[in-house]
Amino acid sequence: MVTKKGIYTKRNDGRKMDEVRSMTAKVGIVPSADGSASFETGKTKAIAVVRGPRTLHPQHMQNAQTGILRVNYGMMPFSVEDRIRPGPNRRSEEISKVTEWALSSVVDLSGFPNTVVDVFIQIPQADAGTRVAGINAAAMALAHAGIPMKQMVSAIGVGKIDKTLVVDLDKYEDSEFHDAEGSTDIPMVFTSRTKDMALLQLDGKISISEFKEVVGMAKKACEDILKVQMDALKNVGGEDNE
Amino acid sequence: MVNEKRQIVVPGETIVSGNEYLPGDGAYRDGEDVVAGQYGVLNITEKHVRVIPVSGAYYPRRGNTIIGTIVDITFNGWLIDFGGAQNAFLPVAEVPRYINRNEMREFLDFGEAVVVKVWDVKSRGVDLSMKMRGFGKIEGGMIISVSPNKVPRIIGKEGSMVKIIKDATGCSITVGQNGKVWISGNDADKELATKKIIEFIVAHATIAGLTEKVEKFIGDLGMKVDKVEIVEENTDGGEE
Amino acid sequence: MSNFIIPNLQKEKIEAFLAENKRLDGRKADEYRELVVEDGVSKNSASAVRVKFGKTEVIAGVHLALATPYPDSPNEGTFMTSAELHPMASQQYDIGRPGIESIELARVIDRGIRESGFIDFKGLCIKEGEKVWQVFVDIVAVNDDGNMLDVAGLAALIALGRARMPIYNEKEDKVDGYDEKKGIPLDKDVLSFSMTFHKIGGKIVADVSKEEEAISDFRWTIAMGDNDGEPRITAMQKGKAGVITEEDMETILNLAESKWKSMFPKIREYVFG
Repeated sequence: MVTKKGIYTKRNDGRKMDEVRSMTAKVGIVPSADGSASFETGKTKAIAVVRGPRTLHPQHMQNAQTGILRVNYGMMPFSVEDRIRPGPNRRSEEISKVTEWALSSVVDLSGFPNTVVDVFIQIPQADAGTRVAGINAAAMALAHAGIPMKQMVSAIGVGKIDKTLVVDLDKYEDSEFHDAEGSTDIPMVFTSRTKDMALLQLDGKISISEFKEVVGMAKKACEDILKVQMDALKNVGGEDNE
Repeated sequence: MVNEKRQIVVPGETIVSGNEYLPGDGAYRDGEDVVAGQYGVLNITEKHVRVIPVSGAYYPRRGNTIIGTIVDITFNGWLIDFGGAQNAFLPVAEVPRYINRNEMREFLDFGEAVVVKVWDVKSRGVDLSMKMRGFGKIEGGMIISVSPNKVPRIIGKEGSMVKIIKDATGCSITVGQNGKVWISGNDADKELATKKIIEFIVAHATIAGLTEKVEKFIGDLGMKVDKVEIVEENTDGGEE
Repeated sequence: MSNFIIPNLQKEKIEAFLAENKRLDGRKADEYRELVVEDGVSKNSASAVRVKFGKTEVIAGVHLALATPYPDSPNEGTFMTSAELHPMASQQYDIGRPGIESIELARVIDRGIRESGFIDFKGLCIKEGEKVWQVFVDIVAVNDDGNMLDVAGLAALIALGRARMPIYNEKEDKVDGYDEKKGIPLDKDVLSFSMTFHKIGGKIVADVSKEEEAISDFRWTIAMGDNDGEPRITAMQKGKAGVITEEDMETILNLAESKWKSMFPKIREYVFG
């Protein structure tokens, strides 16, 4: 391991450096939707709802060769300590777009020309890793909606706290740690079968070798996340019906 | 192959390995592996691997029977809502008898419900036909909505399941592939009972031995069941 | 908002059933669906609750923020309600600016709470003329299976009833967490909850399903509180274009009174936890 010592030798909540917070996932939580799922990591909760394929309006936005994916991400006003005004903002628009790119990489809408598949992601409670929880929920919801997908995607936030590489940053690590070299936040999404990177953002400072190492940690964590997603999809029981 | 519970697969999951297997609907080949390309119930018949979706929206396919409502009348046909967010078109040329422009509302009016066949699915829309026997306007009764993927279970193999319900309740039942089911009977209680039975089937759709459970449920409702030859449960494809 | 299309035969069937005091889901005309309340949906605000009548589901949360008072009420806190009929809840809702349904919903719920005096605005004053608490109630629809007005209204009340008081750190002029033992200043005696009645095929129906809602002639929302054991009306809203006859009025007021008497004690328990 390349990690130098630094000051962050024990995690704020006692987890191991490569440990993901406890996760809960459920499918079929919104009965009127075509597909829906919830995904929780630690205190972060995400709900995803899929509606479609359905006709896309206005007509000039339609693609005659394929359906399109449209993601709308938002945080509920009471999800964070300082109330967020309802409605879109620049952060939510950016997250919507990178989420859309990540999900589009595995979804195949060529059989549904001129349609749109809408993915709505809402966050009832936030404790860092919200876009990541949202993507994990959205992948399950898309599968649940019967959308053709070559594989699943799983998302995780990894990073560096001072000199220590960690997996699944919580709110303290993401926004409240400012000592020494500060914190670097790196959300990533991996495809389940081919293990390709479908989303990558980075905010902070990291060396190339540290980056490669943390990518390995992320891939490993995504195996655990994939298992949670698959279990939720396989254990739906008889509840997902109207 | 009678499973305790049907096997559910997730996109990206390797189903089987080997070049003798052929990927069908919902599956694809990746090297030696046949991989799930959709979430649903696995069905392998003679090396032909399919994944049958258990949830999700209805997407019209040619030949489907659907139930919908007239929402608009144009100079050459009727626009029909069938529960999705798009409408389908029934051309005046595709009804059993000649209708001139002035008779269109008399023949099929706003708000009336119809059973129609999906004739063609083009990029600009869905075209319908009502020419064949068994299709046309429906009156009276009630329409219930179920997840379209549960329709094969309601129909049963060669119509065996829907026959059990009809015999027990005395109601007429027409099942649309779009998840709309029309129920019509002589009294309200029979119609409600039919609705309950269908909802029971939908709630237990992924379990094997469904026919027996349904017969027990009907008995518990206080109705008689004509013992029907129990058809094998190892396929999901219900044909009309 | 796209239309929810009900065929004529379905409308006729619903009305025929109602003539026999039956409904398609087995309920009687005045029967409510099962009520489920879940607390603690978010711990980052004063409260966040999930409320369901049958499959209609809403999440409502309360936030308190430091603010300056309005000039004409220097010793009173302020209050604002938002409601989002989010497109995740139904095929009919669109993304973008709130439609008239969201606006009406938010305003009706806001008035009901504000005018009843449920929130003790003077109790929200920190320093007269300078600093008060601003109370936000935010409602998000999760699944619409009819009667969103009543579910959202009740969710707002429960969110307020269970809201924890923020701890004000005067030295640093900020909020330092919540007092788990103290609620926000409310006048519990004026608690008032709303019930919406629809007229369908000549019959009066409570807690409508989505289909029933689409075909009704009018809806009448009545909010009532407790006046020494008797119901007292605190707010009303009639919606849709059908007219209320005198006979309708008698029937609905009688029904509202009897439903209130049977439901209020339970509602009160849910609101104050």
